[in-house]
Amino acid sequence: MMSMENSTIHGLMAEFNTADEVLNAAQRASQNGYTKMDAYSPFPVEGLSEAVGFHKTRLPLIVLIAGLFGAVGGYFLQYWAAVIGYPLNIGGRPFHSWPSFIPITFELTVLCAGVTAAVAMIILNGLPMPYHPVFNVAAFERASRDKFFLCIEAADPKFDQSTVENFLKSLHPAEVSVVEK
Amino acid sequence: METIEQTAVYEQPQPLIGGKHDYGTITDKISSDVLEKKTPKGLFMAFAVTFSLVMLLLLAVTYLFLKGVGIWGIRIPIAWGFAIVNFVWWIGIGHAGTLISAILLLLHQQWRNSINRFAEAMTLFAVACAGMFPILHLGRPWVFYWIIPMPDTMRLWPNFRSPLVWDVFAVTTYATISLVFWFVGLIPDLATMRDKAAQKWKKIIYGMLAMGWRNSAKHWHRYESAYLLLAGLATPLVVSVHSVVSFDFAVGIVPGWHTTIFPPYFVAGAIYSGFAMVLSLVIPVRKLYHLEDFVTSRHLDYMAKVMLATGLIVAYGYAIETFTAFYSGNRFEHDMMINRMFGPYGPLYWMLILFNIALPQLLWLKKFRQTPWMLFVVSIIVNIGMWLERFVIIVSSLARDFVPSSWAIYIPTKWDWFTFFGTIGFFLTAMILFIRVLPMISIFELRTLLPTSKSNHE
Repeated sequence: MMSMENSTIHGLMAEFNTADEVLNAAQRASQNGYTKMDAYSPFPVEGLSEAVGFHKTRLPLIVLIAGLFGAVGGYFLQYWAAVIGYPLNIGGRPFHSWPSFIPITFELTVLCAGVTAAVAMIILNGLPMPYHPVFNVAAFERASRDKFFLCIEAADPKFDQSTVENFLKSLHPAEVSVVEK
Repeated sequence: METIEQTAVYEQPQPLIGGKHDYGTITDKISSDVLEKKTPKGLFMAFAVTFSLVMLLLLAVTYLFLKGVGIWGIRIPIAWGFAIVNFVWWIGIGHAGTLISAILLLLHQQWRNSINRFAEAMTLFAVACAGMFPILHLGRPWVFYWIIPMPDTMRLWPNFRSPLVWDVFAVTTYATISLVFWFVGLIPDLATMRDKAAQKWKKIIYGMLAMGWRNSAKHWHRYESAYLLLAGLATPLVVSVHSVVSFDFAVGIVPGWHTTIFPPYFVAGAIYSGFAMVLSLVIPVRKLYHLEDFVTSRHLDYMAKVMLATGLIVAYGYAIETFTAFYSGNRFEHDMMINRMFGPYGPLYWMLILFNIALPQLLWLKKFRQTPWMLFVVSIIVNIGMWLERFVIIVSSLARDFVPSSWAIYIPTKWDWFTFFGTIGFFLTAMILFIRVLPMISIFELRTLLPTSKSNHE
């Protein structure tokens, strides 16, 4: 995937002071044909993920499937227990007294969908991942405080260290650093 | 830290973050309260008291396990005493946390960002206290798992037509989703704590919990998607939980319980008491940790208004309950209401009206909404009032049911009180530990409140 001369670095990273600057930088990078990049910000910046080329996540679909599984599974659990496994006459009600099964069906829908939303978010994000090359940049710990970063990765087909460096510098960043692997 | 006291004119709403702050100072203030600053003396003193109450809880529970529920004041027909009163009270308190974190998020009420973390933690610990009571009340608490549907050698299954079984599912789902929501909200802040921590061991602990979060735009995208979905799921959930709790009563035929207004009126009451508890906790902590810049008098004002509004819904609930009892022409409902007002528990009913309806009307006055100590007093009054409400509903209805020969009086014993105060101690101890080790305000959400976070770029 990666060309030989770039195999020791993860990419080049530019540091910005404001959300507007990093968003502008990401959009410019995208216009210049870079595809493998990521931006880092201390809070979600609207439009930033689209600018780095990330448009759609499968997360809502996964959550929907999990919710449906919870609903069907929850109803089936009650149906099976009340009609097949242990039929019990409660006040002359039918064994399959469906209105009474709705609350638990609902709760299990929410339980499955909610837990899946969190777990899927973590897994799709590739977490837990204790090590990542971006942490090698000393200033990067401020990504969780007040700074914004754009990293063009060496895996990008158009990546050429000096071109990318010149390009990033043209965006007036506070600093450009090499991200070691 | 100084804050500008707002005076007189209030047309221009004060910003949600007071003082002069940027992303960096917000981060430093909230993280250093945990990482660097000395623990305030007041917190130690509070901990001494609350931890003693935890010991009292352990004592009460141990004695309960040795002797059985006979040590409590419950007797037939009043089988549901303090245990259920406290269960409903605690679970109701939890509801404000979910309302603040989920419903206000969906409604774009950005002021929630200053208090949602705190309120969610409160929810978790309140639900933990609530969960203890039904189990302790079981008589044989060690077999509580029989109510969970699972194949076992007895080949028995729970009766899914019973609201008590619904309750188990509702409360466990609520506890799980609240925990998940709270933890998801914490992940970016745990990364901040990891990056800010000076000592290696702190870095390792926060780092493990943050799971390598690196504030990537792609991660934020999925994160926001998941957070929004969780909020959307938690919103109907929180309404369902107290509705199901109210079904425990409404599905029964006891006069004073068998009424269709219970679900909405219980949900409103839950939010009412929950906001009261948030205020009772936030006001002292705000003072102790000098958080006036983040939890401004505007926040207090909003919370007081929510409390006032939900309090009025509760008042409406009381009015309809009374009206229906007389209008229904049902002898038992009619007598129940007369008994509730003028029977052996009558004084508690009037106290409840005073605490829950009359006194909170002071919140119509801006002075009461924005002066912290006055608001604190009102919030404590509402907390007590909502506890009395549950006591009156449960005990006065059970004490005088259909047949006068079976009437009885319930008087809580010291063990009832020990258990109750013990859970208050447990709750406060957990809150104190939480504010000591985790950022009590959501740092990354607070950053989004700064005007510079909104992009002008197109």
